[in-house]
Amino acid sequence: MSPDRLIYMANQIGTFFRSQGHDKAVPGIAEHIKKFWDPRMKRAIFAHLDAGGAGLDAPVLEALTSLKQATSLPEAR
Amino acid sequence: MSLIEEIDFGTPRSKSETMVRLTIDGKQVSVPEGTSIMRAAMDAGHQIPKLCATDMVDAFGSCRLCLVEIEGRAGTPASCTTPVMNGLVVRTQTERLKKLRKGVMGLYISDHPLDCLTCGANGDCELQDMAGAVGLRDVRYGYEGENHVFAKSNGDVNPAWMPKDESNPYFTYDPSKCIVCSRCVRACEEVQGTFALTISGRGFDSRVSAGMSESFLGSECVSCGACVQACPTATLTEKSVIEIGQPEHSVVTTCAYCGVGCAFKAEMRGEEVVRMVPWKDGKANRGHSCVKGRFAWGYTNHKERILKPMIRERIEDPWREVSWDEAFSFAATKMRGIQKKYGRDAIGGITSSRCTNEETYLVQKLIRAGFGNNNVDTCARVCHSPTGYGLATTFGTSAGTQDFDSVEETDVVVIIGANPASAHPVFASRLKKRLRQGAKLIVIDPRRTEMVESPHVKALHLPLMPGTNVAVMTALAHVIVTEGLVNEAFVRERCDRSEFEEWAAFVAQPNNGPEATAILTGVDPKALREAARTYATGGNGAIYYGLGVTEHSQGSTTVIAIANLAMATGNIGRPGVGVNPLRGQNNVQGSCDMGSFPHELPGYRHIADDAVREQFEAMWDVKLNPEPGLRIPNMFDAAIDGTFMGIYVQGEDILQSDPNTSHVVAALSAMECVIVHDLFLNETANYAHVFLPGSSFLEKDGTFTNAERRIQRVRKVMTPKNGMADWEVTIALATAMGFEMKYNHPSEIMDEIAALTPTFAGVSYAKLEEVGSVQWPCNEKAPEGTPVMHIDGFVRGKGKFVVTEYIATDERTGPRYPLLLTTGRILSQYNVGAQTRRTENVVWHAEDRLEIHPHDAEQRGVRDGDWVRLKSRAGETTLRAEITDRVAPGVVYTTFHHPDTQANVITTDYSDWATNCPEYKVTAVQVSPSNGPSDWQKAYDAQARQSRRIAPAEAAE
Repeated sequence: MSPDRLIYMANQIGTFFRSQGHDKAVPGIAEHIKKFWDPRMKRAIFAHLDAGGAGLDAPVLEALTSLKQATSLPEAR
Repeated sequence: MSLIEEIDFGTPRSKSETMVRLTIDGKQVSVPEGTSIMRAAMDAGHQIPKLCATDMVDAFGSCRLCLVEIEGRAGTPASCTTPVMNGLVVRTQTERLKKLRKGVMGLYISDHPLDCLTCGANGDCELQDMAGAVGLRDVRYGYEGENHVFAKSNGDVNPAWMPKDESNPYFTYDPSKCIVCSRCVRACEEVQGTFALTISGRGFDSRVSAGMSESFLGSECVSCGACVQACPTATLTEKSVIEIGQPEHSVVTTCAYCGVGCAFKAEMRGEEVVRMVPWKDGKANRGHSCVKGRFAWGYTNHKERILKPMIRERIEDPWREVSWDEAFSFAATKMRGIQKKYGRDAIGGITSSRCTNEETYLVQKLIRAGFGNNNVDTCARVCHSPTGYGLATTFGTSAGTQDFDSVEETDVVVIIGANPASAHPVFASRLKKRLRQGAKLIVIDPRRTEMVESPHVKALHLPLMPGTNVAVMTALAHVIVTEGLVNEAFVRERCDRSEFEEWAAFVAQPNNGPEATAILTGVDPKALREAARTYATGGNGAIYYGLGVTEHSQGSTTVIAIANLAMATGNIGRPGVGVNPLRGQNNVQGSCDMGSFPHELPGYRHIADDAVREQFEAMWDVKLNPEPGLRIPNMFDAAIDGTFMGIYVQGEDILQSDPNTSHVVAALSAMECVIVHDLFLNETANYAHVFLPGSSFLEKDGTFTNAERRIQRVRKVMTPKNGMADWEVTIALATAMGFEMKYNHPSEIMDEIAALTPTFAGVSYAKLEEVGSVQWPCNEKAPEGTPVMHIDGFVRGKGKFVVTEYIATDERTGPRYPLLLTTGRILSQYNVGAQTRRTENVVWHAEDRLEIHPHDAEQRGVRDGDWVRLKSRAGETTLRAEITDRVAPGVVYTTFHHPDTQANVITTDYSDWATNCPEYKVTAVQVSPSNGPSDWQKAYDAQARQSRRIAPAEAAE
């Protein structure tokens, strides 16, 4: 799925959590994406992360990195 | 089955808990203090003759028929206006009373036509009944004198005679049959709250008058039907009754329009509906209705309804009518083929918020268990998904906290981004009644809606700029915290302390105050402070909100901010207070409850929760996917990407209702199989390959759940015109796809829901039969349901305060798009209009109009009624302008009921950060004069015409 839209969505989530401070924001963002994104969206944003994660705000990048490590997605069917 | 006759007690029920004892006709009676003698007599089973009294309105005492004698009192007082007292001895039938009543009836009848046999009210006329009850045998005054009955008297024109007013499409007003009992006038005032009717003239000249002696259609009448229901004669009569005759049986069912969930008696002759009459025992509507539920059911047998299944290979082909079996097999082959080619996750479906709980449950079951993925979503995605997220986060449940009765105990009502007078009219009437009793009203809305100014109601209006909800909510919180108005005891006992302190510190920052944010919000800081103080200190404060809250890029944040306000002021957990989302469609609450969201199984439990998923796996005998599926906007994106290629859409017109129509068109065009299951060839069907005809709410059994979590029965009153109820269609489609579901009746589906969903554990058809309706949670802990939630504590444990920082939407005005468009609804039309446009309701709203402020209009050379071009970054359309100062300068407004306008061509892809609920309410636009339809409209119309062709049936061999 087009990374631009996903980057926009991820950053939008990040912006909501911004005011909660870094220590709450990073797990908050990761949890939100884990709970609400379908596997192909996760795969696409993780692929973008692997490619450097350009355009992702710092806490979002951090959240996605930790989420990726904790996630084992089924192969695309 | 027979006609359900509701007892008319004559005067409203008294709420007093003090009981009074008296004797009526020798019987000992005990009734609440404040009860009328008339009502007490009826309680004892003695019906006192009456004409001007009915229990939907206050006593009036004008007809002089309900006279009684009371021992020790002089005269013959009217029993409707005389309250009971301890020890009274009342007689309802004496020689004196009999004589007086005959005299009164004789006077009435001397000025009333005697065409009873051919009269529309024949068989349902209280005047006729009373003439019988008092034993009227002759009219000693004769019929020759001055009268309102005959067009001519003695060869001359009779100036007192008035012709019938047939301007309203649904009922007639025949002044010659009027007895001037004022029941219609009082119903319009007391029940509906519109004050459209009055009595003009005095004495013999008294007439019921709509507005200033206008026609009903030309007056401010909103056609709710309360006056027709109240009329004891044929003066106000449904045209359907005049045409068909009196009904012979009736069935209680639930309206299929908005989320208020009014209970109606479907009054029938055979399988033909004669009329829909609001049911007094309906706990959502208490005997009231609006123009949609009462009258606009004609779409169910509209000529454009499709009754046969149809298929086609390509959307450019004409439709081909086929058998059900062929349609199911064609659809199944296509969907399974897509999964084989593109993967199991390449198909999905959308459940309908217009269908029953049982039907919605089956569609999500088919998708999760039959398709093998969680790509299921529902129209709540585009309306109240932020409510689900926001209230679950703060309180622990995804639903409103109160029942509608709660408003009767509210002292301060706050309405945010909602216009109940248009979108939830029956609730609006109940609310206005409370406001006329003195409750205060605060309206936070960019428009001066009907709620801001209505008869005897004056709101404190905070007209904010669209998109600044969070800033306004946080500013209200700022005032409450900094002025020491927090309900400390409540917060200490019920909420998480550290989260509260963090939140309080945040909102107290000066940059969140009303003075600092006024430049963004446009709201007068003084008015905002007054609103905050009133809500925090004015007694029971209740917040009601709508899509003006949720349909923003910060929709979920605003819901959280509302919950924060309610917690900080302790306005949660008792009657009269609460946070109340006004849900849009009839069963949108139910469709959410039934697991229509891609991440949640029924009862709002996450699909990744192993224990919950295993229960469903055991019951359904299938392995479920633990990963959430695609949400509607994600489905569209994935379709354009080529990874989502087939969709089953039940009862939802995503093309017209979802934002950025061009984007939706691109997505639907990219799919290889679009299955539309609906009553009509809706806009989405223009891009469909399979059309499965749907059944109306009159044709099936099931339940709807309204905005107050109330589960109510929908009852079948006629055979499905298409041959199959919607739940049967889903089962057959599943079977064709190799997934068996076996149910003989929707009650069995509800039993399965109850077995799997803790909040529904106590719900069954037997229970609903017994108690009428229940509000979930309904289980062992609350066997009779739960009218008010969070009474002794929040469902999640401690109430959670969450910091809500205002973040401006990325949809910005600028030199090319200087105005902000916001969208909404109108009373007579419903949602995409698929139903209401196919009724006489079009007389009130035949087209979408663009509301524009006189200042903006003049700058652009736009006059009232001119065609204008409305253009945003997403697209453009044309429509006619309506110049009004209901909208502020810089803001324009329109409705989305008509596909030829397609307001959603204009709206953008921006959406709520948490739920992807589209930002319908803020679009930067330009308005300019126009000569005619835009290129988009022309192309759209051509495609739609082309796509709706149905190939002629081939001749039989």
